[in-house]
Amino acid sequence: MLLHRFLEESSERFPDKTALVADKRRLTYAQVESEANRLAWALQAIGVRRGDRVAVWLPNGIEAAIAIFAALKAGAVFVPLNPTLKADKLRHILADSGAVALVGLRRHAALFADLRGGLPDLHAVIAVGKGGALPEGIFAYDALIDGQPSSPPPAAVIGIDLAALIYTSGSTGLPKGVMSTHDNMTFAAKAIITYLENRPDDIVINVLPLSFDYGLYQLLMVFGFGGTLVLERSFAYPAAILRRIEEERVTGLPGVPTLFAMLLQLDLSAFDLGSLRYLTNTAAALPVEHIRRLRAAFPHARLYSMYGLTECKRALYLPPEELDRRPGSVGIPIPGTEAWIEDEAGNRLPPGEIGELVIRGAHVMQGYWHNPQATAARYRTGDYPADRRLYSGDLFRQDEEGFFYFVSRKDDIIKSRGEKVAPKEVEAVLYRLEGVVEAAVIGVPDPILGQAIKAFVVIAEGSGIDRRTVLRHCRRHLEDFMVPKEVEFRASLPKNASGKIDRRALANEA
Amino acid sequence: MDTDIRRTIHRYILENFLFTDDDEALDDEASFLEEGIVDSTGILELVMFVEETFGITVEDEELLPENFDSVAQLADYVLRKRKEERT
Repeated sequence: MLLHRFLEESSERFPDKTALVADKRRLTYAQVESEANRLAWALQAIGVRRGDRVAVWLPNGIEAAIAIFAALKAGAVFVPLNPTLKADKLRHILADSGAVALVGLRRHAALFADLRGGLPDLHAVIAVGKGGALPEGIFAYDALIDGQPSSPPPAAVIGIDLAALIYTSGSTGLPKGVMSTHDNMTFAAKAIITYLENRPDDIVINVLPLSFDYGLYQLLMVFGFGGTLVLERSFAYPAAILRRIEEERVTGLPGVPTLFAMLLQLDLSAFDLGSLRYLTNTAAALPVEHIRRLRAAFPHARLYSMYGLTECKRALYLPPEELDRRPGSVGIPIPGTEAWIEDEAGNRLPPGEIGELVIRGAHVMQGYWHNPQATAARYRTGDYPADRRLYSGDLFRQDEEGFFYFVSRKDDIIKSRGEKVAPKEVEAVLYRLEGVVEAAVIGVPDPILGQAIKAFVVIAEGSGIDRRTVLRHCRRHLEDFMVPKEVEFRASLPKNASGKIDRRALANEA
Repeated sequence: MDTDIRRTIHRYILENFLFTDDDEALDDEASFLEEGIVDSTGILELVMFVEETFGITVEDEELLPENFDSVAQLADYVLRKRKEERT
């Protein structure tokens, strides 16, 4: 099934229903459908063809949602990018994906003009926001869609075509684009809708970036079941989120442990949160104590503990009725899929033993864009071509009744605020600061962030580098969730037998 | 008085979020979130800072963008709070 049919079908069923609430505006399904169609025609008019990549670099808002569906309707593949992404990484991803078009904010127009010079594939940039004249090759969003037809443009796309490249951090430090077909994404979205028992009267609030698959799927799923999405910029203001839940009578709150930890610091009794039917958590495990407190604070809401990775979207969920019995579990495979645990030799392990989680089903994505080596390390084929399996890279165990428990990661990826941070990526940025001789990055436990990023740095004598210099440099080159919280200066860093910096030794000290 | 508050907040943001002494790097009207000056967990640090520095108590329901999303808004908020708490 085609992903944009989610929007088209809901628009046929509920044209006058509120689909999207964002930026102090309310759009019906008919309005979203019509604006997405107009932008899709415009994309085709500026040269976007079937299979081309269209990058969407916008904060959560109406244009971001429209651009994603417009790209699909034009037959293209959307590439959602974190709005706090910095120029170097933006350039890397645009080059890696070969994006032909980019939808971004007008205030970055100077950067776009600069980018176009070095990126021959990038034909056009669409700038969102008010303002005057734009440099050549940069089109104003409003002017571009003006006068375009409001019915869908022709686009010969089928279910096995790519719908999205979703970039994720890898242990090598370079972000990789997970190739996701229309069939993969609609399958995953429907499986999640099934176990959440979503209905058209559900109103979901999304405070997670649309560049993060967990945030993105809130948009996709809500349009899939014909509900209403309340789209917020971020969860920086937890009280504002609670007020929005109250005002909009929100029924579904997807969160990550950091968001729930922030909410639990507030006096929740000051808000009427009785409309909430369910809460979901993924990206990292909720501390059992937080589960207990959330259950007490939201007695009428079902709480889902889940586990997934961009490479298959979602793998496991715990049916809420099991939560009190096994609060530490992330559950069972999502509907229509399977999962098991293997040892290094490929043997399936019995309950109680620890091994790698392996996932099989129509949600297993196609691998990494233009990176067969990385794909081969994660994705393997079983007995026949369609029997594809995803090796999660995470260690799990199962209980006697088959419920899964996360144990640890196999690599040293850090999970901060629910997002993946590759130590290598942060270290690479640190090494680019003149005067840094050695750098190592680890995750340290943090009550709000889950893991906070800590950098160990050795500097050249007389370089004058201090904590501020390091942090300023990091903020200039990294998305906000990757910026270290702590910096420690050392005279040297511990090395292992092969002479490489030993992050584990640092973690054991910390 | 209010210019002092504004200057103190301005300097704190420069020092702790932008890591610079360059006054020009921060427009007092700029939205912390829109411009990516302060991220989602940074707001909590900001709350602790204003509570400690200005001796006010930030109530949960006041933790809103209209009070916290720029140097100017935050300075106005602190000023209002101080008046309230004094009376």
